Amino acid sequence: MLAFVARRVAAAIGTLFLSSVLVFLALQALPGDVATQILGKDATPDAVATLRKQLGLDQPAWERYFDWIKGALHGDFGTSLVSGKPVGGEVAQYLANSALIAVVTILFAVTGSLVLGILAGLYRDRWADHLISTVSLVGMSVPEFVVATVLVLCFSVALPWFPAVVLYGPDASVGQLLPAVWLPALALAIVMAAYIVRMARTSVIDVMAGEYVTTARLKGLSTWRVVTRHALPSALLPTLHVIALNVAWLVGGVAVVENVFNYPGIGKLMLTSVQNRDLPVVQAVALISAVVYVVCNLAADLGAMALNPKLRTRGRT
Amino acid sequence: MTTLDTAPPAAPAAADVRARTARAWRTLRSSRTALVGLAVVGVHVLLALLAPLLTSYDPIANDPSHVLLGPSWEHWAGTDQYGRDVLTRVLYGGRYALGVSVVATVLAVALGTVIGCAAALRGGWFDDVLGRVLDAVLAVPSILALLVVVTALGTGSAVIVCAVAVVFVPQVVRVVRGAALAVVPADYVTAARARGEGTWSILRREVLPNIADVVGVEFAMRASWVVLLISSLSFLGFGADPPTPDWGLMVAENRTAITVVPMASLAPIIALATLVVGLNLAADGLSKAWGVDRIREGS
Repeated sequence: MLAFVARRVAAAIGTLFLSSVLVFLALQALPGDVATQILGKDATPDAVATLRKQLGLDQPAWERYFDWIKGALHGDFGTSLVSGKPVGGEVAQYLANSALIAVVTILFAVTGSLVLGILAGLYRDRWADHLISTVSLVGMSVPEFVVATVLVLCFSVALPWFPAVVLYGPDASVGQLLPAVWLPALALAIVMAAYIVRMARTSVIDVMAGEYVTTARLKGLSTWRVVTRHALPSALLPTLHVIALNVAWLVGGVAVVENVFNYPGIGKLMLTSVQNRDLPVVQAVALISAVVYVVCNLAADLGAMALNPKLRTRGRT
Repeated sequence: MTTLDTAPPAAPAAADVRARTARAWRTLRSSRTALVGLAVVGVHVLLALLAPLLTSYDPIANDPSHVLLGPSWEHWAGTDQYGRDVLTRVLYGGRYALGVSVVATVLAVALGTVIGCAAALRGGWFDDVLGRVLDAVLAVPSILALLVVVTALGTGSAVIVCAVAVVFVPQVVRVVRGAALAVVPADYVTAARARGEGTWSILRREVLPNIADVVGVEFAMRASWVVLLISSLSFLGFGADPPTPDWGLMVAENRTAITVVPMASLAPIIALATLVVGLNLAADGLSKAWGVDRIREGS
């Protein structure tokens, strides 16, 4: 079992290393020299050469890569080309704001979709199932910006309960951001939940058809107990994996939703830094997203192992 | 697998194709979900193709005297802030959405299928290295990858098509590789190998016909993702350029005026949602009718 964990961790680190190479290559291979971009098309060749030297662009790519990754391991991602501040601190600030949204989103999405998915699975092919399945199909079929726009229309314009845009910068306190978190989180949770509901429904149907559930029923256990003892843990297992996969999507979805609400999070930072061609920031955001994705997948795999005895003992036999 | 019973690879080409079409049609008719989904998509394609016949307005010409009108007999869905007819723009918008999405999806699924099959057939180090690289690509969020490509190379349709294809190829490869791995140990593949056939010919004649159902479902499902992604890109201002009638762009443009002319935002939203619902229904129905287990595919 230890060997299994070690193998998974090693694979995750390998993937991360490859991702960082890919990110670096993709961004450094971008047509258009960064120095020319900053100084504008009319800059003198001398000025461009000086700036290139300042930014270290005159060194070979692999040397720059190792400098970058060495710094990144120590939390130093270089300085932003736009603000001139260290990238690490800036990204951390935006990331913390996004984490607030992410936590609320995942809480909403997971609890809501597990309840709905189990309901749909238990009442298979009855009206509750049809209703939940239809709604989740529609939820899957509308992009985040549409959900966000409709939510603004309902809960900011028609019923002025929540702010439609955030007026604070990245250094806003949690208290200032808290009223603005609910609508973006709800928008993301609705889209995310649509996928999890379908997953949970299928696994509940599978589990409830299993022989041990029939046995449990024949023992005279109440439906509630059968569901909480048997259906829920088994439905949780495949669902965990879908949630982990969704985290990668969440980073992208956050970019869209945060821009609708002007929320100062990582998605907003991603978009503005791409627009400004602020390469150090884009690189840092991409690398951190990759870390989040890989860590979530690892956690899901290890979690699945902890929940599934078959996977747990495979290494021993 | 089942295809082999009705359509052996050795059969004459014409009969082979006919038998397979008949079988595909039979399963299709048995699934109401798939039919409804395909019908919805078909209506969208028709509307987009017939857009110039259905409306007499110009989708990009401004008309300052008819700005921000509500729905009326002249303008069924009203007009936007530049006086353009919203319904006309929605109809023409389907052309962009469908055109770019279909090309991008075909490219992504075709590339992914070839690479996935090759990985399953070859195995060994090729498969291992490919798997690692794909994992690494998947770890970067697709919208960020798209944004980077689009900023670097501009927002032309060709760039968006290529960028979307690159982003989705790894996911297609995973699914197709999984399906092909189930076919590769079969006796007829071993026989083809023993006959000394090349990888490409085994792929085309033995493997592909047997995973055609998986690829078909994958196509329908990826298409829905591609439509969503491209519209999100347009919404963020990185997709279609402003005068172009595009659904994502229309929502972005009319969002600020949503209290004045809600239809200007709602019409493209409805168009987008129905198209994607259609694609999702088709994917669901086809996967059920053909017995493709989409859940196992990890997507």
